[in-house]
Amino acid sequence: MKICVCIKQVPATTEVKFDPATNTLIREGVDSQINPFDLYALEEAVRVKERLQKEGQEATVTVVCMGPPQAEAALREAISLGGDDAILLSDRAFRGADTWATSFALAQALLKLQPEVVFCGMQAIDGDTGQVGPGIATHMDYAQAPYVAEIEGLERRKILVKRLLENGYERCSVRLPVVLTVVKEINEPRTPSLRGKMNAKKAKIPVWTAADLGAPEEKLGLQGSPTQVVKVFSPPHREGGQKWAGDADELSGKLAGLLKELEIV
Amino acid sequence: MDYFLTEEQQMMRDVAREIAEKRIRPVAAHYDETGEFPWPVVEAMAEADLFRVFIPEEYDGMDNGTPIMNMCVVTEELSKACGGIALAFAATGLGTMPILVAGSDEQKKQYLPRIASGTLAAFGLTEPNAGSDAAGVATRAVLDGDEWVINGTKQWITNGGEAEIYTIFCVTDPTKGPRGVSTIVVEKDAPGFTFGKKEDKLGIRASATRELIFQDCRVPKANVLGRAGTGFINAMRTFDLSRPGVAAQAVGIAQGALDLSLKYSRERVQFGQPISGFQGMRWMLADMAMKVEAARALVYAVARWTDSRPKERVTAHSAMAKCFASDVAMEVTTQAVQVFGGYGYMKEYPIEKYMRDAKITQIYEGTNQIQRDEIGRGVLVASAAND
Ligand SMILES: Cc1cc2nc3c(=O)[nH]c(=O)nc-3n(C[C@H](O)[C@H](O)[C@H](O)COP(=O)(O)OP(=O)(O)OC[C@H]3O[C@@H](n4cnc5c(N)ncnc54)[C@H](O)[C@@H]3O)c2cc1C
Repeated sequence: MKICVCIKQVPATTEVKFDPATNTLIREGVDSQINPFDLYALEEAVRVKERLQKEGQEATVTVVCMGPPQAEAALREAISLGGDDAILLSDRAFRGADTWATSFALAQALLKLQPEVVFCGMQAIDGDTGQVGPGIATHMDYAQAPYVAEIEGLERRKILVKRLLENGYERCSVRLPVVLTVVKEINEPRTPSLRGKMNAKKAKIPVWTAADLGAPEEKLGLQGSPTQVVKVFSPPHREGGQKWAGDADELSGKLAGLLKELEIV
Repeated sequence: MDYFLTEEQQMMRDVAREIAEKRIRPVAAHYDETGEFPWPVVEAMAEADLFRVFIPEEYDGMDNGTPIMNMCVVTEELSKACGGIALAFAATGLGTMPILVAGSDEQKKQYLPRIASGTLAAFGLTEPNAGSDAAGVATRAVLDGDEWVINGTKQWITNGGEAEIYTIFCVTDPTKGPRGVSTIVVEKDAPGFTFGKKEDKLGIRASATRELIFQDCRVPKANVLGRAGTGFINAMRTFDLSRPGVAAQAVGIAQGALDLSLKYSRERVQFGQPISGFQGMRWMLADMAMKVEAARALVYAVARWTDSRPKERVTAHSAMAKCFASDVAMEVTTQAVQVFGGYGYMKEYPIEKYMRDAKITQIYEGTNQIQRDEIGRGVLVASAAND
């Protein structure tokens, strides 16, 4: 079984800074890391691979990342964590891509690889959109299962997953090929192994450009991005609510008064 | 300081450090309190290939000629977070050493790949009446056809009950004294092999210390390592190689305590300033740092020298590393509790555990009195040879 994992390289800090002039992330001087949610995706992919191999089936995990040349470091780290090989999508034409253009480019690469299962993190901690996984599925015309908390079964033609929704879990059976996005509770990612690190050091990581994908430039990067960022700002900190003390009569009266005042009732 | 580790050793250190920080530190207090065996952590170590570092490549390991230094680098990193959990690793190294030292190619093929992938090993020498005087072992092995029949009890064996592969020192010819001792590999499931009391200890409480009981225990004749009668030499050669590992454990424990002390001294405010601002405190921290660095430098130097001369005896220097580093660990961890003041004395804070854990490094694999004996003998013999 061919399994792919999409990972993103993000700033290794919780204090993300924006350049107000261009409305883009300031990446200079900030260390990078693999998007934490993608580590869960990678771990799950590697576990599925190991399980299949134990059953005597062939399975490989290919890690795909779109980003600047230095994103190769994230891919090497992914190999140290159990990935077999990796592909970097890097080209000036990809720059400035929104979620549509990003998922389009990744989808073109994945279509060349023809995996049965694609794993993504549920979202990236810098953009927080959660759009790219489902976007990839749509562009590839694959089935999709976002927010997977557990893989309950994997067969030749379908996968059984438990999805984490706001009000509980949903169990569903999805046909292959499929794109999954995973939530944090799905597993506990391993730390790198020595053999993994050795493989990572030796790995040759091909770089695919726009031309390699055979994708029209107008669908890539800033050009291919329908989203226009008007303004980026830090939302004001939420203040704590009011706290009332008193007996039930007193408080219910006070609450009723407030509801009327706000014209809710 | 840069000790110019090879690229592979840097990887080993980094892999071990991630295990220490992510897998060991968060659970160290739990295992210290309960004394349970830390299997989930040991499995993570195995998955990360750590047990491969002291095993040659041809037996599925990842060592290409520096097993002792590799073992030291990993043991030190793990011990920074918990000297007890680190011992599951280090004592497997100890239990494996007799196989590396004296095993045939066939025996190595039989055991080493399993250990490389995370099967634990243990080393069984000590008995109730044979501690420092290891030549006094009484566990008896008698050949019966194609099998050894073993009777006796080993005491305080690290990884006892958890390990699968045990290297056991038995008397095979009682007429020959120390030359009548042999090393025999016993697997956990051997008939007649059971485990006794698991000890309740001052420190390294995450480590299992247990009695091994042999009652007409039968193992194949082929399980003897090297020739019969070489057991005592195997044990001494093993200690030459394994004592730097205990020393590295001591350095790790000391460094872990120092790191916590430095941090605490910057945060704890008395008399309107962080206590690190007091000269009395700074000098204390300076002495701690100086001694840890000196211990590490000695341990690494001895480990590398040992690796470069696999066939030579390095007893005196191996003993120096173990003795010096463990004395430093005891001193530094005691001072670390002092840095924390009354908080240091409380179990709620992580520091008193380092002091409890440090103590064992002055006792096992030969007490520091025995180490000083070895060193004294070594330097005097060398001096006489130069006359
Ligand atoms: C937690 C733990 C784990 C252990 N793990 C293992 C293991 O995995 N495998 C194994 O085989 N053993 C193991 N041991 C045993 C350990 O190696 C012995 O405890 C140690 O060698 C000392 O022996 P003893 O305890 O009998 O002390 P003794 O030999 O009775 O010594 C008592 C005191 O007398 C001193 N002394 C003895 N002889 C002399 C001398 N000639 N000159 C000066 N002073 C002397 C000692 O230094 C010590 O202070 C372990 C012990 C402990 C506590």
